[in-house]
Amino acid sequence: MRRVAVLGAGLTRFMRRSLETGRELCWEAASAALQEADLTLADIDCVVLGTAPDAFDGVHMKGEYLLDGAGGKGKPYVRVYVGGGTGVFVVPAGWWHIASGAFNTCLIVAEEKMSSTQPHPQGAFNAIYDQFTERPLGVNLLWIFSLEMHRYMQTYGIPLETIAKVAVKNKKNAKDHPASQVAGDFTVDEIVNSEVMAYPVMRLMVSPVTDGAAAMVLASEEFARKKGGKHVWVEGVGWNLDTSYWTNRDLAYPQYVEKAARMAYKMAGITDPRKEIHVVEPYDPFAYKELHHLEGLQLADRGQAPRLLEEGFWDRDTTTGIPSSPSGGLLGVGNPIAAAGLMKAIEIYCQLSGKAGKRQIRRNAQRGLAQAWGDLMQVGTVMIMGVER
Amino acid sequence: MNSELRGTSLREDDLRTGKAFATEWHPKIDFRFDAGIAISQFLAGLKAGQLLGRQCDACGRVVIPPRMFCELCFRRNDRWVELKHTGRINTFSVSFVNWDASRRQTPQVPAVIDIDGTNPRMGILHLLGEVGETLEEVLKNVQIGMPVEAVWKPADQREGAITDILYFRPVRGA
Repeated sequence: MRRVAVLGAGLTRFMRRSLETGRELCWEAASAALQEADLTLADIDCVVLGTAPDAFDGVHMKGEYLLDGAGGKGKPYVRVYVGGGTGVFVVPAGWWHIASGAFNTCLIVAEEKMSSTQPHPQGAFNAIYDQFTERPLGVNLLWIFSLEMHRYMQTYGIPLETIAKVAVKNKKNAKDHPASQVAGDFTVDEIVNSEVMAYPVMRLMVSPVTDGAAAMVLASEEFARKKGGKHVWVEGVGWNLDTSYWTNRDLAYPQYVEKAARMAYKMAGITDPRKEIHVVEPYDPFAYKELHHLEGLQLADRGQAPRLLEEGFWDRDTTTGIPSSPSGGLLGVGNPIAAAGLMKAIEIYCQLSGKAGKRQIRRNAQRGLAQAWGDLMQVGTVMIMGVER
Repeated sequence: MNSELRGTSLREDDLRTGKAFATEWHPKIDFRFDAGIAISQFLAGLKAGQLLGRQCDACGRVVIPPRMFCELCFRRNDRWVELKHTGRINTFSVSFVNWDASRRQTPQVPAVIDIDGTNPRMGILHLLGEVGETLEEVLKNVQIGMPVEAVWKPADQREGAITDILYFRPVRGA
């Protein structure tokens, strides 16, 4: 397999409701990524697009609808989709186009415009539940997360106040992110005492509804060397899906995230991730998910990510721990579903290339990991990047 | 990454006052889902007041909701097993939000109920009832791990649906 380099990235602002259409958001992000890569669309061999359910947009064949904005006209183009896992999955999908030897350059674009759905995009998610055994009960999206969170808390005796600290950390980190929608300084009390949505999920532990897009340019080693300069490299990718019979699973531990991570670690030649991963962007649509995922990623023992959080191990300015969600994550920057995952991968790229500005971590980062998750709490997608060596 | 980020943020007011333009679409799309081989039998069981699982002789698992194949052994599984109407609470939530994000005064209490007789213990999604009308009451009355039992609709009102079980409630005196 050929090595794959990152040549540039672009992002739009993350907003509750954008005037721009999905196509326009795609174009803004894609053109910004091309500009950083110092390339034009003519240099791009193929395009990968990631976006979540068509139901959000009321546009069927959404991949085709977004094609022109994503730069896909007249090129090998494919939309990939694994629910909330899509935003990180576009990196493996772009990677395989190039690693296979089939293409030298790939533009990957991730977009979400959630604001179109009325009265609220949550309604579009009801259709993820089983139509025979679940939907007739009067489901809503928050149920699965509150049920999983409660099981996780119960299994390891994790207090609500500890989980709230993920929201405090990420919303604070997001103050330094130029895209951010819901950044700010909050206290643990404010998070825990915010409105009860579906206990134990409180309003400030949930990421917002967001419109936005993200893009990245990937290239083969041959192409990247001709461009010159130092690059960040995609060193490992992994993905895995567990059963859709989610009520049959162990909800306290994301086995599929572990499997995806192990696939990526093996590819990257990583045997001790706690030493070899220096910065991490785990998927945090809900506060508990960041901790749940850090355990699945093998960066903490089962049930121990909360203790490490209390110790400051995941803080952005740590020198002995592993900074987690230095971007501010979905809880702080916002959650345009597919675009949020790619925003996380872009943060790893920025950290490794020293382009993170005020968000730059204090540790010297040689390697970083981004992960996303979704569908019926059943998919893990992972990508690992490393610096020039 | 670009340092100047673009994007034009709108407020609801911008749409109401006509400052920004939008167009609406109100589709009405109905579906009717054929229940399939396994779920048809499961629904017929519910109508008859039975909770049915499927057993795979190769791995020994007894699963609910039932399916006609074992996704682990990847073979056709072997027989129907009538399960008890009892189980334990694997996890629960106290939900004040409707599907459209509107709020409710009295909560729904969804739960994963691990059904007795499954192997390994596994659950279904259902609702808890007779557990209180406020967050405080529900948290006082319900614990993870608690034994619960199904409360059924009267036989003549059952229609072959998951809602033929009204809810699960704590087993009295347990």
